[in-house]
Amino acid sequence: MTSLTTAPAETLIDSSTKFQPERQINQIFRWLTIALAVCVGLVLLWITYSLLLIALPAIRTFGLGFLTNSTWNPVEEIYGVFPQIYGTILSSFLALLFAVPLGVGVAVFLTENFLPPKILTPIAFIMELLAAIPSVVYGLWGIFVFLPAIRPILQGINRAFGWIPFFSTTPGGRHLFGASLVLAIMILPTIVAISRDTMSSLPPQLRQGSYGLGATRWETITRVLVPAGLSGIIGSVMLALGRALGETMALAMLVGNANNANISWFSPASTIASLIANQFGEASGLQKSSLFYGALILMVLTLLVNILAQMVVSRFQQVE
Amino acid sequence: MNPSTRPNSASDTLENNDIVIRTENVSIFYGAFQAVRNVFLDVPKNNVVALIGPSGCGKSTLLRCYNRLNDLIPGARVEGKIAYQGVDLYDPKIDPVEVRRRIGMVFQKANPFPKSIYENVAFGARINGFKGNMDELVERSLRGSALWDEVKDKLKESGLSLSGGQQQRLCIARTIAIEPEVILMDEPCSALDPISTLRVEDLMHELKKQFTIIIVTHNMQQASRVADMTAFFNAEATEGGSRFGYLVEYDKTYNIFNAPKQQATQDYVSGRFG
Amino acid sequence: MAHSSSQSAPLDNQFAVSSGRKMFGNIMTALVFSCVAIAAIPLVSILFMVITKGLGGLTPAVFTDLPPAAGVAGGGFRNAITGTLITCLIGALISVPFGVLTAVYTIEFGRGNKLSQFVSFCTNILSGVPSIIAGLFAYGIVVLATGTFSAVAGGIALSVLMLPIIIRTSEEGFKSIPRDTRLAATGIGATNFQSVTQIILPAAMPFIATGVTLALARAAGETAPLLFTALFNQYDAKSIWEPTATLSVLIYNFAISPYKNQQALAWVAALIVVLLILVVSILARIVSRRKVY
Ligand SMILES: Nc1ncnc2c1ncn2[C@@H]1O[C@H](COP(=O)(O)OP(=O)(O)OP(=O)(O)O)[C@@H](O)[C@H]1O
Ligand SMILES: [Mg+2]
Repeated sequence: MTSLTTAPAETLIDSSTKFQPERQINQIFRWLTIALAVCVGLVLLWITYSLLLIALPAIRTFGLGFLTNSTWNPVEEIYGVFPQIYGTILSSFLALLFAVPLGVGVAVFLTENFLPPKILTPIAFIMELLAAIPSVVYGLWGIFVFLPAIRPILQGINRAFGWIPFFSTTPGGRHLFGASLVLAIMILPTIVAISRDTMSSLPPQLRQGSYGLGATRWETITRVLVPAGLSGIIGSVMLALGRALGETMALAMLVGNANNANISWFSPASTIASLIANQFGEASGLQKSSLFYGALILMVLTLLVNILAQMVVSRFQQVE
Repeated sequence: MNPSTRPNSASDTLENNDIVIRTENVSIFYGAFQAVRNVFLDVPKNNVVALIGPSGCGKSTLLRCYNRLNDLIPGARVEGKIAYQGVDLYDPKIDPVEVRRRIGMVFQKANPFPKSIYENVAFGARINGFKGNMDELVERSLRGSALWDEVKDKLKESGLSLSGGQQQRLCIARTIAIEPEVILMDEPCSALDPISTLRVEDLMHELKKQFTIIIVTHNMQQASRVADMTAFFNAEATEGGSRFGYLVEYDKTYNIFNAPKQQATQDYVSGRFG
Repeated sequence: MAHSSSQSAPLDNQFAVSSGRKMFGNIMTALVFSCVAIAAIPLVSILFMVITKGLGGLTPAVFTDLPPAAGVAGGGFRNAITGTLITCLIGALISVPFGVLTAVYTIEFGRGNKLSQFVSFCTNILSGVPSIIAGLFAYGIVVLATGTFSAVAGGIALSVLMLPIIIRTSEEGFKSIPRDTRLAATGIGATNFQSVTQIILPAAMPFIATGVTLALARAAGETAPLLFTALFNQYDAKSIWEPTATLSVLIYNFAISPYKNQQALAWVAALIVVLLILVVSILARIVSRRKVY
């Protein structure tokens, strides 16, 4: 074969190989985005590393005994966070106990057309807005409005059911139970939002099929829709749990910051996050290091819960 | 564009001068799956070449190779040689972006940018370093795609606000504006009404004076109306059960439709296929 | 359960829903409505209290004066308002380019590949990191390194919390752009940089703007990350390298203070923060309506 025209052909190679700023820019841009993407992963490592660095003296001194020790004594420099771990887990558990049924109920209410959309839309909007209200405002409201309001009720419960260990102390101004209730209110929007998304993204055939078999609305909801959306609901609960475990301000303001693990819900308590918020200002040396150790424990705890939540939610999405 | 890029060497024979794209023994794979097998196909300058054939025989796949758009599909691979004016398009030295600036593409589904009509046309020219009078270029390109009269009073409006047929002509204008040497069109009229289709076809007759056009179409009448050359592809099952596409016959359009050499072509163009 | 027996009801009974099933339905409906009512009480109460108590103390002095000493009437928190704006701004300046460019990688360059899956995973984890830990992180890397509490340290702590929000909404924005539009840009010879900066980013802008406003709304109310980073300042901070007052920390300090005048100011500050967040969220809604696709 004879050769083709060569003049223009060379220019394609030429223009491909000659220096062009835009090609350079494109390469730089690409590498920049890769670098930043990698950095997102590094940030997580960096956070863990920087906590670890400061926590190291406390880890060396107390080891795992830190988790089971109940002393917090700056004078003798002995620290342990057992009461805080107890308070963190108990307050989150109590918050879920109240928020989950309420949240699922509200989510069902919002997706199953009990009322016309004209009324539901503003309710949904208010729920979203409440998710955006800062926790320090919840704390403020808790101190001045909520805790005083429920105090007589709790005192009544204490008088009537004081023989039950959980209600055995007379409720004072601040206590774990009240803080947990506020926490429940705070995580409610999270549960509602995700459960609602899950329920409304269920395939319509499920609903039609169930109605078609003669099931009533409630039989459809309880036996078809909620089971079908269960992993999404569980995911929302896990995410809410993650938030509750790490919540700081509302608890620091409401829980009473008492360094003991009391069986009674009506007594003041403390959580890891509230301990850090309260003590950090005056802390130094080993005490500060111990606070970072506590933070590390909190980080691991929330990390586990969140990874689990991710797995549950993504499994739901795959099924979908 | 630079006038020196046009072939003008008098020493070459007319025949050689005329071939813009030479496809030599090209096979195309998606991962392990061979979509197109052993294609030889030469595209002459200032011609309209139509690729026809049943669905799934690899027409789009082949077309996308001509401007290296297959690079974007993970696992896609080309064997053999596609030479554009004598240069291997898949030479490692070649920048695919440069290829696409010379070999533009119009897609099956109109896909204007979410920008104004004016910007839709100007965008390509601007990124290609166009320095001249932009207003003039936009007008020229819109006239070239027979859209000017319909949009000249609303150049600032979004390209997405046009009708489907207008959008497709806007996409053609956008491609003309980068002044490519070859325009690839993948079923450009499949979403258009008959009147818009005729407009685009008329347009092709105009455009081929300046450009070389390769068009994929399922519309036999369209191929016979617009194309100078027609390539008929067919798909065949392998022993393994997967189908690969291959070139059955490539000839002047008149011959393909009136005197095909292959029985399969005869069956396909007369509608007795499958 | 009462309703389960009715499943084997004889044919002629099928059109009438049995009374047990009906009762179950009614009870459940009542339960759901009471759920909503119970949920509504505290929520309405919060909004009501913030508005009434906040409005009660709202005076022009709030915006022009410095925080009062204990027991002294009047005063305001102009330093906290500017402080909140500045820390949020610093947070946005860090997290917005970082987040948007990360999303460019995960959607435009490496969609579906190992690195982008890993980044998505990290983004989700990052969004679950407790805010107080973001504060300790910034304390560790900024306050300790520079030897001073500062708005910069606060902004960095906030940026950790804003980053996942911005990455996610940007990703959504990029995903909303049809593949065809990308092909169109590539097909006429645009480089990735050109198609991203000139086609994709402008088209995804409503999503990104929504993400930025949502992130700002969250940052404006955050307290825990600022406690040990921006700290607090009775006066106007003279530079971003000084301790800086913010509205949220002011609310905290004044809420736990025993003095009535400071408590009253805490409510006013709460009102302003909530209004700020409300305005920003509504803005986000308006912006997100202007979607191109
Ligand atoms: N991105 C891809 N990945 C894997 N296989 C693909 C891809 N695109 C196309 N194929 C396969 O390649 C073969 C040819 O497809 P192609 O789209 O080129 O056919 P076509 O001739 O254009 O068909 P049509 O007329 O329907 O547009 C088909 O078997 C198809 O399944
Ligand atoms: Mg095709």
